[in-house]
Amino acid sequence: MQWVLPAAGPASAGLASPFKTVFGHTFMHQLAIAGGSEKPLLSLHDINMTFGGVKALRNVSFDVRPGEVHCLAGENGCGKSTLIKIITGVYRPADGASIEYDGETYSHMSPVTAHDRGIQVIWQDLALFPEMSVAENIAFQTVLGRWPKLVDYGRMRKIATEALERLGITLDVDLPLKEYAIAQRQIVAIARALVGEAKLVFMDEPTASLTQSETDHLLDIVRGLSAAAVAVVFVSHRLAEVLEISSRITVLRDGALVGVYPAAGMTQSRITELMTGKIFDQQVRAKSRQDQPVVLEVKGLSRPGQFDDISLTVRRGETLGITGLLGAGRTELAQTLFGMLQPAAGTIMLDGKPVRFSSNRDAIKAGVAYLSEDRLSLGLIQPQSISDNLVISSLGKVASGGFLSDERKRKLVAGWIADLGVKIGLQGDAISTLSGGNQQRIAIAKWLATDPKLLILDAPTVGVDVGARAGIFDIVAKLADAGLAIILISDEVPEVYFNADRVLHMAQGRMIGSYDPRSASLAEIEGAVYA
Amino acid sequence: MRSFARTHATEVALLAVIAVICTVLSFATANFFSLGNAFDLLNTSSVNIIFAVGLLVVLIAGGIDISFAVAASVVQYGTAIALGWIGGGGWLSGLVIAGSLGICLGAINALLIHRFRIISIVATISTFNIYFGLLMFFTKGVSIYDLPEWLTDRVVLFEHEMADGSWIEITLPVLVMVLCVIATWVLITRTTTGRQLYAFGDNPEGARRFGINIGAMQFIAFGWLGLMAGIGGLVQAHYAQEVVPNALYGRELDVLAAVVLGGARLGGGKGSVLGCVLGVLLIAITQNGLNLMGVSPFAFKMIVGAIILIAITLSNTSIERLLPFVSQKGARR
Repeated sequence: MQWVLPAAGPASAGLASPFKTVFGHTFMHQLAIAGGSEKPLLSLHDINMTFGGVKALRNVSFDVRPGEVHCLAGENGCGKSTLIKIITGVYRPADGASIEYDGETYSHMSPVTAHDRGIQVIWQDLALFPEMSVAENIAFQTVLGRWPKLVDYGRMRKIATEALERLGITLDVDLPLKEYAIAQRQIVAIARALVGEAKLVFMDEPTASLTQSETDHLLDIVRGLSAAAVAVVFVSHRLAEVLEISSRITVLRDGALVGVYPAAGMTQSRITELMTGKIFDQQVRAKSRQDQPVVLEVKGLSRPGQFDDISLTVRRGETLGITGLLGAGRTELAQTLFGMLQPAAGTIMLDGKPVRFSSNRDAIKAGVAYLSEDRLSLGLIQPQSISDNLVISSLGKVASGGFLSDERKRKLVAGWIADLGVKIGLQGDAISTLSGGNQQRIAIAKWLATDPKLLILDAPTVGVDVGARAGIFDIVAKLADAGLAIILISDEVPEVYFNADRVLHMAQGRMIGSYDPRSASLAEIEGAVYA
Repeated sequence: MRSFARTHATEVALLAVIAVICTVLSFATANFFSLGNAFDLLNTSSVNIIFAVGLLVVLIAGGIDISFAVAASVVQYGTAIALGWIGGGGWLSGLVIAGSLGICLGAINALLIHRFRIISIVATISTFNIYFGLLMFFTKGVSIYDLPEWLTDRVVLFEHEMADGSWIEITLPVLVMVLCVIATWVLITRTTTGRQLYAFGDNPEGARRFGINIGAMQFIAFGWLGLMAGIGGLVQAHYAQEVVPNALYGRELDVLAAVVLGGARLGGGKGSVLGCVLGVLLIAITQNGLNLMGVSPFAFKMIVGAIILIAITLSNTSIERLLPFVSQKGARR
């Protein structure tokens, strides 16, 4: 018998959350007492957690059945990661919590207990040790323990090889992990979680940096685990995956439980509604900009080994979408247009005049802005303040006589924050205090402050919630209407399909397809890209 | 061998550089390429190697220590006074006293860093000044020459006259150094504690999530350096046959440079005992060679500095990055 909470509609989803929480809690409690046909492996009740006066979790309940794939969904900051850290003993919940796991009840966990009892986590940042060997990373548990023991490298190698074999992967276990790319590191993190008797595995955004085929492989691994009676709790922003892989979905919002739903019969838009309490309706925004002057014209641009014979034009007010798999050369192309890399052949014309950038400083001066793919490490300086991050590329505007003017800076920052609707505390707060979506807005504002003609957005929604994504694309559309030429790069086809005027498909360094979203269907482009 | 070269690129590169320098020096000078000179180098480098392997452990754990050399001076004084109280003592009691004092001084650093959350470079610059200030204040800068006889007597463990009339000898400092090197190697590569130190230095947050005791890691790392500083201090007193309060002042940067040259990374998680020893030896060989070539000692620091810069640049930057058009794969971020 399948027990689930009645799905809350959009209207009730807008209610103040305490009501829902109380409701959700009592219902879950009854569920636990009544008992399904299957006893849950893990069942949490009355989980509260407060950080510096902010309630991160309020009376949350959560349960996982043996061998199921359970998805934990919610926007950034909704409490997913906090919940995982409580279950794995990294955080201790407020008094009154109960954690029932595999027949025993705890008021809190410790990392050692959680590990010993078969609870494993694959953290979003993987928590691996890049300088250490693959074997050591996988068999890391063998070096744990309070008292020193001799290390048994032979046993480590054996454990690591066996764990990788179970996943059907071969890696040189003696090489330092840093020699491997992110997808293989992900595999190493999974292999590590499978060492020992794992009963419950948490995967926090395991596919965030994987390509489609790598993701498919990962999902196969998850299915294999489930078949082997290992329960998997899966956290992902990519809702298509969530629906494909999980049997049940628990949705959190603002630290409170929204409900638990069977994946069968769920749709992506329904989950989004539950996560955000808002309804999103995606429509193709493409318009024709043929009457507008050409801003950027690229002819025969090549860089050996990265991209070859690229020609494209972008008009004033036009959004050109470029999609393709990871490694297609998209980012290298963008960096070449931005002067960070030099082309081996071909011409770049801005406003009809050929340009040659020897560095990105030249490109910025000529009116090109580039929002980098890796916002967290390259685009923003995390510990610095919001206002300092915003003006970093346009210091000339806030300086007078060589000195920075605080007043001008404050005004400029206030203007952009209002224009882009960024939610901030104080201008002087560190950028790291903002959510992913708001950080991305600041990153866009930083570039807009340089008065660009051409804005290149490289994967602008990585690490940004579904709710905030729509807000970012609203800004992009407004900027285009105001006359900015925009190149939008993304490996998520729907993003470029709904938000660009034209879509180019890049593969192995070449442009192999061009689509108009008004006449082509999403499935057609996706079919070509993921083929 | 191929995989050794891949995983120990720094050590292999250092060996190659040492081989090149030795070859050049053996042609450029008459006395360099003699066993006598080689053993001389080993004898004179012992103290630095002992310090270096201690510092290596701290660097691996993601810390840095500026205070260990003056801490060693404090240990020298403390041990000399304590040996006076117990009426002379011997090598065993001397090493135990020096080692314990060193561990205590290292533990003070660990306490500041772990308990009061002061970053290690700031904490140890402070203790560097405090230790040195206290030492100069209480000793008024006066040296101790009146050391127990066992401590000042040269102990030659092995000697042999070569056909050319030069002597090769292995002295006690070399034996102590070898024991320290082996002990450190066992600690960091063969024990679980050592691997936890690496993991902690490599990814502190990851280590914390595994339940590794962060406080214990700090105390072990700085305690081990303290132990090595204590032992090194006593050996230096033996070698110099006197205790001079500022004899080791400034040594910390020489040792730090050598350890970094040996492939340890400021920031943690990386470094090997072999690289560390080779780093010290490379600098010692260069200085020795320059000396034999009759280069002014005032130029030594400049040349050593340049060698460190070149070595670090080469090890941080692959050839492709320096010359982007050599390879098609070059310049990828």
